[in-house]
Amino acid sequence: MEFFNNWWGFVSTRWDQVQIGLIEHSVYVVSVLGVASVFAIVLGVVTRRSPLARELSLAISSVFLTIPSLALFTIFIPLVGLGFAPSFLALLLYSLLPILRNTIAGLDGIDSSVLEAAKGMGLTPTQVLLRVQLPLAWPVIIAGIRVSAMLVVGVASIATLVAGGGLGDFIKSGLARLPLPNSFESIWTGTLLCLLLALVIDISLQLLRRATISKGIR
Amino acid sequence: MSEPLIRLENVSKSYPGTEAPAVANLTMDVYEGEVLVLVGPSGCGKSTTLRLINRLIEPTGGKIYLKGEDVTDIDSSVLRRKIGYVIQQVGLFPHRTIAENIATVPKLLGWDKVKTSARVDEMLELVSMDPAIYRDRYPKELSGGQAQRVGVARALAADPDVLLMDEPFGAIDPITRDRLQNEFLRLQQDLKKTIVFVTHDIDEAIKMGNRIAILREGSEIAQIDTPEVILSEPADEFVENFLGSGAILKGLTLKKVRDIELHDIPALEMPVMRDEALRLLESSPEKTAVLLDKDHKPLRWISEASLNRTTQPIEKSGKPITIDLQPEDTLQDALGVMLQSSVGMAVVVDRGGRYLGCCSIESLASLIISDSGGQAR
Repeated sequence: MEFFNNWWGFVSTRWDQVQIGLIEHSVYVVSVLGVASVFAIVLGVVTRRSPLARELSLAISSVFLTIPSLALFTIFIPLVGLGFAPSFLALLLYSLLPILRNTIAGLDGIDSSVLEAAKGMGLTPTQVLLRVQLPLAWPVIIAGIRVSAMLVVGVASIATLVAGGGLGDFIKSGLARLPLPNSFESIWTGTLLCLLLALVIDISLQLLRRATISKGIR
Repeated sequence: MSEPLIRLENVSKSYPGTEAPAVANLTMDVYEGEVLVLVGPSGCGKSTTLRLINRLIEPTGGKIYLKGEDVTDIDSSVLRRKIGYVIQQVGLFPHRTIAENIATVPKLLGWDKVKTSARVDEMLELVSMDPAIYRDRYPKELSGGQAQRVGVARALAADPDVLLMDEPFGAIDPITRDRLQNEFLRLQQDLKKTIVFVTHDIDEAIKMGNRIAILREGSEIAQIDTPEVILSEPADEFVENFLGSGAILKGLTLKKVRDIELHDIPALEMPVMRDEALRLLESSPEKTAVLLDKDHKPLRWISEASLNRTTQPIEKSGKPITIDLQPEDTLQDALGVMLQSSVGMAVVVDRGGRYLGCCSIESLASLIISDSGGQAR
């Protein structure tokens, strides 16, 4: 209880910092997910007819996911400097695989007779893609986006190491000052806010899912 | 006959890496308003042939004409919107409602909302589904038979002249299939579409087709003719084998009850006394009489023995008549009813259920014998 009081004291005297940390973190999550989703879905669609291109893009995005995150954030510093840019790029590469893999799985999972009927009725290839394939693959794709969202919320706390801000700032400063007063409180602040943000984003995506998926395939 | 609506001219299709072509040099005409059934063993290329017509498969040789126009000169999507297409697995869009599914082609053609919506209801009614109930449902809520009804409605929505059907009733249970086939035949009587229908089931071919093309490997036509001619004069051994045994029984699906002479047996109209009935039966060469109610609807089979066995009132003696036939029923149906009936006969009634006469195994047999006499010539 005493710890909680101390922690609350820490947070309530630093509302401005907490807000900045949350906003920076959310900006990472939203911008990275937005760009990664568009990129991965387009990549999945473009490579859908070529098994080679598909395997290659899956392999490359798997490699990104296996590079230690700490290293991935720092590789881009020589190219784009410190701050938002290297963090954004690292998180982007990190979040591609789940969305790409699910886009491919979603497109593959469509009943071939539905596509045959669509084509047979005179839908053009673009119409088949936009009116049939993507709507039917969407539940699987959005499941991939949710996995990526969780990844990005966690890994974005590393951005602080390349001066990228975010909730990682609390964790880093706490670690640096261990075991001085307020150091644990600072680490807990960063961690709990990350969890809270993850929860809010997951619920939002769940709501988006409900709103965008046809009743016929729910 | 008139100019064919669809003409396949020396059409062939081969796939790289396979030696034998799927379709080899096929020439075939489809006339306006007919149902041409392509039937053959699996792998004979009948589905490929069908898919060549709407260019889901491009031929490697030959020409295909629709109303005299080379189909390769028409944009493939534009062409397909003019041709209804029904497949075995139906392929309804699971994320769209029934109404949206049916509206697919009208929407592609840019029909306005009011016209489309009216057309959707009309189509649902055409396939005997209540629009108020089904319009806003999703495909997952339908049974297999209902889904294929919607599949047919969707294919007909933009009123195409031509309908291509690839084993449309193949995945449906036998009872529902029979009902759908009958409904479809009734629809076709009014619609008069030009239909190319693929099946591997010779019985279905005989039932549905105005003409049947029996195909062997490479989509080579073994025989193309009306079901009657194919059954009575199979062109070669392949066709004979494909028809299988019981070609005569199959022929029964082609003839209707109205084609045979009705058997005249004594009819007793209620109210009638037992004595009167007995007298009538004794004076007649027949052993059985039909008891009718005052509206001339058949009630029971009455025989002399059954009248003598009991003192019950006449309307309780003899055997009840549970199934009857109408003149439009096929002789195959009639045979089934007769075999089930205790007296080897079936009553024939008109649409109002009024008694017309009886058909007996003997009259059926004499028809079969006279037919096969014709075959032996």
